[in-house]
Amino acid sequence: MSDLIRKDASELAGLVSSGEVSAVEVAQAHLDRIAAVDGAVHAFLHVDTKGALASAAAVDAKVKAGEKLSVLAGVPLGLKDILATNGLPTTCGSKVLAGWIPPYDATVVTKLREAGIVILGKTNMDEFAMGSSTEHSAFGPTHNPWDLERIPGGSGGGSSACVSAFEAPLAIGTDTGGSIRQPAAVTGSVGVKPTYGGVSRYGLVALASSLDQAGPCARNVLDTALLHSVIAGYDPMDSTSINSPVPDVISAAKRGDIKGMKVGVVKELGGEGYQVGVRSRFEESVALIESLGAEVVEVSCPSFPAALAAYYLILPSEASSNLAKFDGIRFGNRVGDDGTKSVEQVMSETRAAGFGPEVIRRIILGTYALSAGYYDAYYGQAQKVRTLIKQDFDAAFAKVDVLISPTAPTTAFKIGEKLDDPLAMYLNDVATIPVNMAGLPGMSLPIGLAPEDNLPVGLQIIAPAMADDRLYNVGAAIERELLAKWGGPILGLAPELAGA
Amino acid sequence: MSGISQEDVAHLANLARINIPANELGHYAKQLDAILNAVAEVSSLDTSNVAAMSHPIPMTNVFREDIPGVSLTAEQALSGAPAVEDERFRVPRILDEE
Repeated sequence: MSDLIRKDASELAGLVSSGEVSAVEVAQAHLDRIAAVDGAVHAFLHVDTKGALASAAAVDAKVKAGEKLSVLAGVPLGLKDILATNGLPTTCGSKVLAGWIPPYDATVVTKLREAGIVILGKTNMDEFAMGSSTEHSAFGPTHNPWDLERIPGGSGGGSSACVSAFEAPLAIGTDTGGSIRQPAAVTGSVGVKPTYGGVSRYGLVALASSLDQAGPCARNVLDTALLHSVIAGYDPMDSTSINSPVPDVISAAKRGDIKGMKVGVVKELGGEGYQVGVRSRFEESVALIESLGAEVVEVSCPSFPAALAAYYLILPSEASSNLAKFDGIRFGNRVGDDGTKSVEQVMSETRAAGFGPEVIRRIILGTYALSAGYYDAYYGQAQKVRTLIKQDFDAAFAKVDVLISPTAPTTAFKIGEKLDDPLAMYLNDVATIPVNMAGLPGMSLPIGLAPEDNLPVGLQIIAPAMADDRLYNVGAAIERELLAKWGGPILGLAPELAGA
Repeated sequence: MSGISQEDVAHLANLARINIPANELGHYAKQLDAILNAVAEVSSLDTSNVAAMSHPIPMTNVFREDIPGVSLTAEQALSGAPAVEDERFRVPRILDEE
């Protein structure tokens, strides 16, 4: 196997732009890796060999012509299958969209293509991003490269797994309640949910429109920042896009200096309910942050314990509305249209055949929460709790520069363990959800392995809105120390995959 | 807050246009009941003087310039349709028969 697959994205971009290695060689090395290991990992739903090699060849032509390249030109990437790609299937992990080929590109995809980033294919996910394990994909689960019997997180388990299995140095995920950060945590990779409105949602198939945000996944902080800088920025096609300059995440990722910063440990996100090894690695990180000259204080956010409940009212409510368009009329699959049935019957059969159980549960729940008579008690009350969560964050950021917590309460669990227990599954996102509720940026950074199971643990870093650069500054400072301690990247400790 | 019965699930599924088989209603009702019990925690906080928040960024009246731009052709717009006739979406029967 080519050693190109273990290189950082920034290093690969340098090799390509200097002409030392061609972008086609880089793409082919990753396609070979996918061919060798993806049968076991199943990170990809669709591999676009032809398109990847063609866009790599276009980058090589620019190198030959002496044209200036963007920072990640020629670097391969896995794209979550929830972003519309012109000419490439987009399924959202659902049977209802199996075979659908969008006639347009999402803005994120347009930006990736313009930057010369080589899209290898579309990555697996929980159906319509509903889940924390990628087991809710209609096309079968993705397996965690650290232990193939375990989940790679979700909903973006394909994106986290392709990065940690060295199938791609970069991936795009989307995060509605933790779907970038929790997969990063359980696979030992880095993932960032940018500030809501920081990255365009145009062409991102909506789960919960007030919470969804696309973001970068990679194996280190600098690569994540480089990808963040490519996809971020104002887009008039998204009415919730923020029209202000993108935070300078690249400089922050190169700086990594937290001397004099104030870091808050969120009292409510930790302790009971968190695995012992997650807690011990988190406590080590707190000590490390202090040793780097930052002041660490405990911060209380008293409404956070109700965040999960509020989220599981707001998300299903928005989803039940957003997913109404999957009715087999204008696109996607249609079931039962034999010429005798009414449009309602055909829609009902199409949706029953096209949606998996978790999607059905959430649509029913949302329909219930929005019903006359229940609206105030459920959806209305959840929206008020959302305000309290925002106020807790505002109060916290009046005292500290960033907040930290464990990203997920446990390391990767076994495939099948929580599949039919929705409430147990929902608890995976207990620490990540408040961040989405307030629209803030958050990062998950690998901080070691839990001693009891040798599986990766993630540190969550949270910053105020549009202060995404702080995540990268803090992340880079911690990463530098940990790399020195470990003698190299944590993914070097993951077992070799069969076939590689 | 009340529980959710099989009949409730059938009614909601009908509203949401999902044809859930009768023998699966019980399983969904049980799971949804457990979820509703858990999410009832939203009532545990005092929100008497709290405004509802629907969105993380306060924004009002976001309009774009009203200028013609490039859009999908009819062929592109119909490219993913399950059934097409005469450059239009062909849909199942909408009106009841006489």
